[in-house]
Amino acid sequence: MTIKNRKLHINNISLTITAVLFVALFTFGSVSYDQFFSLSTFLNLFNDNAYLIIASVGVTFVLLTGGIDISIASTIAFTCVFSAYLLRLGVAEYIVIPLVLLIGILLGLGMGYMIQEYKLQPFIVTLAGQFFMRGLCSVISTQSIPITNEFYKHVALNKIKLGSGKIYYYVFIALIIIFAAVYLLKYTRFGRCIYAIGGNEQSANLMGLPVRRTKITVYAISSFCAALAGVVFSFYTLAGYSLQNIGLELDAISSAVIGGTLLTGGVGSVLGTTVGVLIQGIIQTIVTYQNLNTWWTKVAIAALLCIFIVIQRMISSRTEKGKR
Amino acid sequence: MNTEPILIELLHITKKYSEAVVALNDVRFQLNRGEIHALLGENGAGKSTLIKVLTGVEKRNSGIISFEGKEINPRSPQEAQDIGISTVYQEVNLCPNLSVAENIYIGREPKKGGRIDWNAINNQAKKLMEKFDLDINVTKRLDSYSVAIQQMVAIARASDISAKVLILDEPTSSLSRLEVDKLFDTMRLLRSQGMGIIFVTHFLDQVYEVTDTITVLRNGEYVGTYATAQLSRVELVGKMIGKEYSQISDKLQPHVEAETEGKLFADLQEVTGLGTVRDMNMSICYGEVLGLSGLLGSGRSETARLIFGIDKIEKGDLEIKGERVSLKSTLDAIKAGIAFCPEDRKTDGIVGDLSVRENIILALQAKKGMLNRITRQEAEEIAEQYIKKLEIKTPTSEQLVKNLSGGNQQKVILARWLATNPELLILDEPTRGIDIGTKAEIQKIVTDLAKQGMAVIFISSEIDEMLRCCSRIAILRDYKKIAEIKGSAISEQTIMRYIAGGEIDEKDY
Repeated sequence: MTIKNRKLHINNISLTITAVLFVALFTFGSVSYDQFFSLSTFLNLFNDNAYLIIASVGVTFVLLTGGIDISIASTIAFTCVFSAYLLRLGVAEYIVIPLVLLIGILLGLGMGYMIQEYKLQPFIVTLAGQFFMRGLCSVISTQSIPITNEFYKHVALNKIKLGSGKIYYYVFIALIIIFAAVYLLKYTRFGRCIYAIGGNEQSANLMGLPVRRTKITVYAISSFCAALAGVVFSFYTLAGYSLQNIGLELDAISSAVIGGTLLTGGVGSVLGTTVGVLIQGIIQTIVTYQNLNTWWTKVAIAALLCIFIVIQRMISSRTEKGKR
Repeated sequence: MNTEPILIELLHITKKYSEAVVALNDVRFQLNRGEIHALLGENGAGKSTLIKVLTGVEKRNSGIISFEGKEINPRSPQEAQDIGISTVYQEVNLCPNLSVAENIYIGREPKKGGRIDWNAINNQAKKLMEKFDLDINVTKRLDSYSVAIQQMVAIARASDISAKVLILDEPTSSLSRLEVDKLFDTMRLLRSQGMGIIFVTHFLDQVYEVTDTITVLRNGEYVGTYATAQLSRVELVGKMIGKEYSQISDKLQPHVEAETEGKLFADLQEVTGLGTVRDMNMSICYGEVLGLSGLLGSGRSETARLIFGIDKIEKGDLEIKGERVSLKSTLDAIKAGIAFCPEDRKTDGIVGDLSVRENIILALQAKKGMLNRITRQEAEEIAEQYIKKLEIKTPTSEQLVKNLSGGNQQKVILARWLATNPELLILDEPTRGIDIGTKAEIQKIVTDLAKQGMAVIFISSEIDEMLRCCSRIAILRDYKKIAEIKGSAISEQTIMRYIAGGEIDEKDY
């Protein structure tokens, strides 16, 4: 029975290509550079990109419905700055963390409500969300605020040794989010409704699915994940700065696309998105090994993106032709 | 189990979109258990509005809907579905990106331990598909199958949810003959299980093939309900277009004399469009009004769209003035001297928020190219000229078009195309929904234009109007031209006979 389910996954051609690409890049790195091939290199991909994985998984929910959320980078920055600010005031971490996560959820619910009830473009509404959160960061502080809270330091610096490599504690948050998202999308009615909306919203409505509730909820999930990514990012950097992570929302979206998510909705998976993030991470690593300017990462990702959207287009037009 | 034979009864249903727009007026309808019931009528007859009222998509103004003797008031398709009324629309309303099995069970998935039980979904779907005699892989994406199979999946879902009433809204439009046969087998199977099926279609052959009962609507009014076996095709067409076959004489002759054949403007040779018109042969000459007659969906508008370059010609040749042309866009057609007033002026024709003047010069501007300026003065002159010529009732040429009456809007569109000095003018239902006075004016304009040497193609559902305007009429049925009549051969009876097709009782003539 598990074999059958696995077959369903592999049906997604883009995901297969993505996985193959990851292995190819890893092999390329291992052949080209000494010390590249190690467990440590692999685990560091997770250590360095845990926050991006969380944010990308969140935005995947929105992309699957055919929407878009470009507010997530600002939400991450806001979460970092606001957490750092509150912690400096001496507020306890067990209040700060739930509070910033709650703010994330409320922001997402607000944006989702506007998009759904007033039939607004997700792009514009989340652009407003982006400006709003980024603006609030600077209102709180334009300076970088260091975090000295003991709990944060503890989580930030402790890790598990695993052979030659290590995993930081906060990576497990990302892993939990991935598993929760996979389960939600595959085994709950809510998850299937997301795919149905992305496939054909009008049909989903006529089939009696709760379209309205689902569409609002995906934005709440996206913003919640962004806030959580913000918490993880503040573990990672132990500081909050209003200008950090500018443009990260596009990294998240491109990860999803490289992972096989269609921007028109209805097709994609969280595992694909995760591999998409890892591919970006490995390109970054290769660029570092090659001693190139880090902007070469962007160039490589741009090329990849172009290739992927063309492949997706070709696949979808082929199925269209196959119909009749 | 309830054994009441009547499944659904609709009484005195009235639906007004506004005081002036009455979509349904005191309509009734009755569906019995184990019956396939055709709901017929021309465009605007109110078929789809009736379906929408029944399934809760639209709210009715008055009337009673009862289901198995109990009054019901569904407010959404979902509520109708819960009661036992499912609808399969013309456009497949499923999700192309999900598997066949999931499309059948989404929203009511079998669960095990709180999570969706995929094995159960796939197994149950497989069994259901076997019941419909379909051997397909239910775990594959829906869009990897043909539209026909998608349609069957939709029907399977609908019948599995509620085995009482199934509404099929023009399900056969995109199906091949083989696929239609399969669909009909399914319908008969469901009928034998006691399901009531409402079948909306515009293919008369199919009505006679599969239905037991026919209800005809016309202009939002109830015309009658008949046993299919006892209603001849000609009678049926008469009811749909509002003419009793026995009452019409062939005295009504065309007003336009077939003049000596004008010079040939365009010639269609074996023209076939993708999924529409097949092997169409037709010539269009200067100085004549060529009518395209046929029921809705017979290929009238589709032919016009091919000639105007909106749809691509798949096979065959289109010659204009003796030269073979391939029109890649409507602009090519405009440059070749063709003008087209589309069927739905609200969506395809007028630009409501622009003035009369701006609407009139639109096509001329396109023809001249966007960079060649038409001066304000020229534009005003052109506008004034046509406002006078066509007697468009507007205070000034600066009035916004949306403030004009339907008839005058139609004249503005006519003016727009006349301003391009076309050699061929195609008019698709130019007089629908406008008052009788303006209607007569437009008809006169059309015949006058032909007299001045223009070639005109005229499409209308009203036979009277065709007789008044056309000097030659091509009759289409099921996307094919089946006859062409001209001059004294044109009569209402002949046209109706051809439109109805099928077996005709010889003694009727």
